[in-house]
Amino acid sequence: MTMELGNFSPEERAAQEERLRKVWETPKGIRYWTSVNNSEIGLWYGVTAFAFMLFAGLLGLLMRLQLAVPENDFISAELFNQAFTLHGTVMMFLFAVPIFEAVAIFLLPSMLGARELPFPRLSAFGFWSFLIGGVFVCGSIFFNAAPNAGWFMYPPLATDDEYAGIGADIWLLGLSFIEVASIAAAVEIIVGIMKCRAPGMRINLMPMFAWYLLIVAGMILFAFPPLIAGDILFEMERMFDWPFFDATRGGDPLLWQHLFWIFGHPEVYIIFLPAIALMAMIVPTFSQRPIVGYSWIVLAAVGTGFLSFGLWVHHMFTTGLPQISLAFFSAASEAVAIPTGVQIFVFIATMLAGRVIFSVPMLFGAGGLIIFVIGGLTGVMVALVPFDWQAHDTYFIVAHLHYVLIGGMLFPVVAGIYYYFPFVTGKKLSDAWGRTAFWLMFVGFNVTFFPMHFSGLRGMPRRVFTYPEDIGWDWFNLISSIGAFVFAAGVATFVIDIFRPKQQPAWRDLNPWNSGTLEWTNDPAESWGMRSVPIITSRYPLWDQPNLQADIEAGRFYLPDAKSGKRETLVTSVLDAKPIQCLRVGGVSYVTIIAAIALGGVFIALTFKLWITTIVFAIITFIAIIHWLWNGTAPIPEVPEIDVGLGETLPIYVSGPASVGWWAMFITMVGDGTAFASLIFGYFFYWTIHDDFTTIANGPGVLWPVAALVLYVIAWVLTLLARELNEKGPRGARLALTAALAVSIAASFAGLAGPYLHEMDPTSHVYPAIVWIVAIWTVTHGIVGAIMQGYCLARSITGRMTAEYDQDIRNVALYWHFMAFTAVVTFAVLGLFPLVST
Amino acid sequence: MKSFIPREVETLWTLFTAPTVWALHFLVCYATVAVFCAKGLASEVSFDTVRIALGVVTVLALAMIVLSAWLAWRQWGFGAADPPHDEATRNARTLFQGFATLLLSGLSFVAVLYMAIPMIFIAECQS
Repeated sequence: MTMELGNFSPEERAAQEERLRKVWETPKGIRYWTSVNNSEIGLWYGVTAFAFMLFAGLLGLLMRLQLAVPENDFISAELFNQAFTLHGTVMMFLFAVPIFEAVAIFLLPSMLGARELPFPRLSAFGFWSFLIGGVFVCGSIFFNAAPNAGWFMYPPLATDDEYAGIGADIWLLGLSFIEVASIAAAVEIIVGIMKCRAPGMRINLMPMFAWYLLIVAGMILFAFPPLIAGDILFEMERMFDWPFFDATRGGDPLLWQHLFWIFGHPEVYIIFLPAIALMAMIVPTFSQRPIVGYSWIVLAAVGTGFLSFGLWVHHMFTTGLPQISLAFFSAASEAVAIPTGVQIFVFIATMLAGRVIFSVPMLFGAGGLIIFVIGGLTGVMVALVPFDWQAHDTYFIVAHLHYVLIGGMLFPVVAGIYYYFPFVTGKKLSDAWGRTAFWLMFVGFNVTFFPMHFSGLRGMPRRVFTYPEDIGWDWFNLISSIGAFVFAAGVATFVIDIFRPKQQPAWRDLNPWNSGTLEWTNDPAESWGMRSVPIITSRYPLWDQPNLQADIEAGRFYLPDAKSGKRETLVTSVLDAKPIQCLRVGGVSYVTIIAAIALGGVFIALTFKLWITTIVFAIITFIAIIHWLWNGTAPIPEVPEIDVGLGETLPIYVSGPASVGWWAMFITMVGDGTAFASLIFGYFFYWTIHDDFTTIANGPGVLWPVAALVLYVIAWVLTLLARELNEKGPRGARLALTAALAVSIAASFAGLAGPYLHEMDPTSHVYPAIVWIVAIWTVTHGIVGAIMQGYCLARSITGRMTAEYDQDIRNVALYWHFMAFTAVVTFAVLGLFPLVST
Repeated sequence: MKSFIPREVETLWTLFTAPTVWALHFLVCYATVAVFCAKGLASEVSFDTVRIALGVVTVLALAMIVLSAWLAWRQWGFGAADPPHDEATRNARTLFQGFATLLLSGLSFVAVLYMAIPMIFIAECQS
């Protein structure tokens, strides 16, 4: 590129820096917590997730103490049940997934050369939701009310009020709340990676980390919603006795297993891929050469992402499904070993081709890979149906899953923390402490978990709180327990290393490992991220682009200034990263905290069946979100275009598929559609297990479902009409929106009229229950759609939405595409399918 | 005469073609067998008919993956340049996309073949 770089005098630069510093300033005092900057949110997220991990680790130690000797009575069976349930739940939902969201939010902007991700307030909202939900779930154990039915909550055990108590509700509602946070993070990450890369960072030059995160965020959209759908069914059964998993009234506990594991297996890769992504950043740095086989890593990430969705039944090999079904999942489980293996070989090849520096991050990385490979090999074993029948629900599985998760996730994350600690704080962690921590953890881990393979093969079932002596388990358990404390000592060493006071380094070294990627140009002392947004021409710009660091710091690239007094970042095109927009992002705000607290209140009040409180919190949540959207999104800018430096001007406001908001809506609705598909899957699942499914009880009839279908389609058409008319002027658009709003409300009544007028009793049998739940799902979406129509109407009347500035109506029209699809499927299935199925 | 082979397009989505075909093939095989076995349809349709039908679906899926592979090979310039395709040019970006898509087509082809193996060896709904 032969573009003229900017050239500023020292005085001009100082003035620019003053303005940038003011715009990106982190608030002081109590208002610090209103910050939405990615570096604060990422840090809080990470520290919180790590604290939850330590808590769950302590629960693990409790269990190892109890199991150290046979017939032990150190803790009660009930506390043991709560401990292992919470241990698994917290490790998976409150550590493994959130820590990757934390790392992504923290690192991605710097890695991509952006000032900020596109929706900082959404990240903040996600963090506060996560914190509230997490404390709620963890705190329950201090009231002897923690979930106690295992981290996958199988009914009928977990639907039994007598046994599972309120713990199951805490699990279901607390985690549903956290899943919302994960989906929020997925939206942020996908849009950020697709549209906020530095100019010139084409998709063939993207850091490996971004490739992995893009795939992982996509996986979240398809993996988490089935669990949310499952949670809804589960909670309806626990709260209102709708018999989704009760076999005596036509339900089936297996549906929960399907929905849980459609989430649960991809989840393993959602955890594993980001950790491997960290390795893909660390290995090239310490081999001092570019990664070998960049395209192969892309193959591995995408391939694993897809194949991981064809594995869920391998958790259900002993449920009595037809063998051919089992064989399909066994085949896919073996196939996923191919892309997984490719990544390992790429790392080995990179190390062989370069000169490896065995620093602490590399030590943790390499140690983790060794552990992970062992776990992968036992994984290939349990993917074979006959072997699984023997090993299922034994300590062999406990060993396998800990080898996979600790090797594939915990060790690489620790490697990442050692590697990125200077990026966060400007100081390195200690080499000596790090090596000690590594060896304690590595040896302790293997001493703990390797013997479990043998206790498992000798028949020890998982989740027993004690065992008789002299059946061949004593020694293995004692060794495991000793190992657990060695492992814990390693973790403690690492934690102390983080928190002990450290000396300032003698000189300011932004890139202590001599890494090649862009994030190492950032100064941790400044909160603006990139001083100016550079033009990228290499996968490892710091190695290949001479003078890059100095030019960035001298403000010679894009956006060197913040004259408008607003937080601005660049939006670029998806494939070739050409600058297309100067995006303004949200700044510090209370509204995200209030919205998160209020939504948390809804979920917590629901747990205790406090209906009035629930409604009050729901209203507060609604007001907070509307306030947030009304004042924070799609403001009409004071000028249409802005100077972004290097002689270029870019628009501030864009709408439709070019805008980040449109993409956020699209991505959210894909996730929403997956949850809907899971409910429809439930309907047909019940249909397959009953010969007379749709005639077993009253149906919703044909008339009302068809009426609802037609009305929703009309509302959709009117919304599209409003979008088109809006380009010509506000009058026609307002008229069409008013009509659309009226029709949407009518459609919602029609949607519920079928099951209501036919007196379908949802507690009598699963058929009326599933009809009701699908209808309620769709009608709820219809009401949200109606609110959006009303919102556009209000925006138009108040002059916040015009013919030129029409983001709102374009995003709402996109919502209604999905809405129309949902309505057509819903009411065709509910109203028309019974006609053909009999 | 217009060729039936699609023109080269500028989008990220083509990368996912072959794995999507795998996913659809997987869903069709799983759902067909699940419904067939759960509904006890063996008295009306023989299991062999199901196997043959799914065999046809498999061949179709493999054919689509081969087509996707060929398109990827074309996008990769029929192998004229070697990876890593890390230059800062539109051409390198296109070649990278082609190569990555080709690799994914290969993986998807193998994964679909894996799925076909059970249908060769398992001949009933036994659970």
